[in-house]
Amino acid sequence: MPEDMPNSYMTGPDEQGRFGIFGGRFVSETLMPLILDLEERYEHAKTDPTFWAEMNDLWTHYVGRPSPLYYAERLTQHLGGAKIYMKRDELNHTGAHKINNVLGQIILARRMGKTRIIAETGAGQHGVATATVCAKFGLKCVVYMGAHDVERQAPNVFRMKLLGAEVIPVTSGRGTLKDAMNDALRDWVTNVRDTFYCIGTVAGPHPYPAMVRDFQSIIGKEAKQQILEREGRLPDTIIAAIGGGSNAMGLFYPFLDDKSVRIIGVEAGGKGVDDRMEHCASLTGGRPGVLHGNRTYLLQDEDGQILEGYSISAGLDYPGIGPEHSWLHDVGRAEYVSITDAEALAAFQLCCEQEGIIPALEPSHALAHVMKIAPTLPKDHLIVMNLCGRGDKDIFTVAKHLGVNMKI
Amino acid sequence: MTRIDDRFAELKAKGRKAFVAYIMAGDPDLDTSLAVMQGLPGAGVDVIELGMPFTDPMADGPTIQLAGQRALDGGQTLAKTLDMVRTFRKTDQTTPIVMMGYYNPIYSRGVDRFLVEAKEAGIDGLIVVDLPPEEDEELCLPAQKAGLNFIRLATPTTDAKRLPKVLQNTSGFVYYVSITGITGAAAAQAAEVAPEVARIKAATDLPVIVGFGISTPDSAKAIATIADGCVVGSAIVKEIGAGKAPAEVLAQVAALAQGAHSA
Repeated sequence: MPEDMPNSYMTGPDEQGRFGIFGGRFVSETLMPLILDLEERYEHAKTDPTFWAEMNDLWTHYVGRPSPLYYAERLTQHLGGAKIYMKRDELNHTGAHKINNVLGQIILARRMGKTRIIAETGAGQHGVATATVCAKFGLKCVVYMGAHDVERQAPNVFRMKLLGAEVIPVTSGRGTLKDAMNDALRDWVTNVRDTFYCIGTVAGPHPYPAMVRDFQSIIGKEAKQQILEREGRLPDTIIAAIGGGSNAMGLFYPFLDDKSVRIIGVEAGGKGVDDRMEHCASLTGGRPGVLHGNRTYLLQDEDGQILEGYSISAGLDYPGIGPEHSWLHDVGRAEYVSITDAEALAAFQLCCEQEGIIPALEPSHALAHVMKIAPTLPKDHLIVMNLCGRGDKDIFTVAKHLGVNMKI
Repeated sequence: MTRIDDRFAELKAKGRKAFVAYIMAGDPDLDTSLAVMQGLPGAGVDVIELGMPFTDPMADGPTIQLAGQRALDGGQTLAKTLDMVRTFRKTDQTTPIVMMGYYNPIYSRGVDRFLVEAKEAGIDGLIVVDLPPEEDEELCLPAQKAGLNFIRLATPTTDAKRLPKVLQNTSGFVYYVSITGITGAAAAQAAEVAPEVARIKAATDLPVIVGFGISTPDSAKAIATIADGCVVGSAIVKEIGAGKAPAEVLAQVAALAQGAHSA
């Protein structure tokens, strides 16, 4: 068979759970039977109208979908170039895109007869979303969170506890998001028979990257329909921030085969993408490796030991990235750039001042890149950026960085 | 035939059960772990499992996680672990060495390069926790081709339907994980493990060795009785972690080995 150029970017993953060389199922034998079972159940659910009817009902009445596509008029005028639209996923119940995916996984877990849900969380948004849906369905919920994050995200820890979840501070390793994921995997391997692991991003062993992408794709599907209604055409550029990459994959996926649409993912550049490695830009500053069940770009040393990421945003603070992003990067369908803490903070403030929206620090990274490119683009250039979370959780961090003492 | 195959043939001829001991390379430092390693055969160890430290050991409990961290903090690298094996081989040509760890440090070094170096250094087999049969093309098949055994883990969740797939490209021995869980956690119960071992033995001629949750001479004996041998890891690593001198660690290893050999 001749080597054809792909006529679609939407056919992955293959049967091995691979996007090109990325993805796969790099887990211990104990978990393999469960992962294969999950894959089978998900494949079935994907084409089961009753599954999607349940999802759609909850998306509409519990989450508040569709989220608006908002024309950021003042910001557009302020930047003086491209026309900027924001996909308002920060208006979802629990304040971020995370719940889109959690609902799907929990409905699946219930269909599989699992009674106990575990999750990892960094900033706490995925933990809160998981605790929320577990409360709604009366499921036992255990959230693993790095001890360091438990300290700096106290409001979200309290939210999870109010919602009935048990929050376990992870002190193993260095006590960060990747260690929380390790401990969640250790829990899963121990309680594999009754427990469902609700992963928060488009990473982990197959089928998680594809499954989480499919659940988050509601963002891109809505955005596409909404921009067509508003402007009568597709956007020219779509932009989203990336930690693991679930909000970005959700926005990007329905546009992958629209070749005229430029796709840009924004990684967390921390204090700058250089040899000090004080950043989380896996694609810009990492290389392919295997961690947490998949092959993907990772921050690692020359001996294959995983490095800690750093970012002002706890939600981007992860040394890896979803395998489909690694593939889109290598085949060149999407571009990946990085934004520093300082640039994200400036975007955070500008969004508050110009639009009356307090964004989370994660989408502030995407917005910072919009600020860079919008002024260089013509006025009829349409940008859609994903405003994937609200910033209430971040006001303490921002205050600290702005030198404001919040204690009264 | 690797040293592993030879050793198990020899044990079988003597009607003896195998005692396998795990230590972490470079824990707490290179010299100490080499001293312990060199003493293991004299303490009655039939097969050495040498852990390769990794920052994110997802299948391991706190004891082995901390050992890996100590080794990494002490500057242990894969190159140094290979050197450690070369040094060991200068004085011991017969004791089988199985390297155990996670895939990324090997992948990072390059599979082909690693296999050449491992073989040349005197390593006989590999256990790589995060490479199930679904990923055999990554390392398992190239390793077999390079003349190394690839030892697979079978677990309580490996059902009858899946077992043939797990056994298919396994060589050396089968490592049966006695519990659903991580290393150093719950105690393995011989009564529960016995039917599982029998189930695996019915499907393969390879020796079946049981690991996870074995920490005393008595439990080593009980488990070795119902299998072809047993592995002790965390219980030994814990002593090293407590700062015990190699001689003390080896005395404890000898007691565990005696337990297994009395089976």
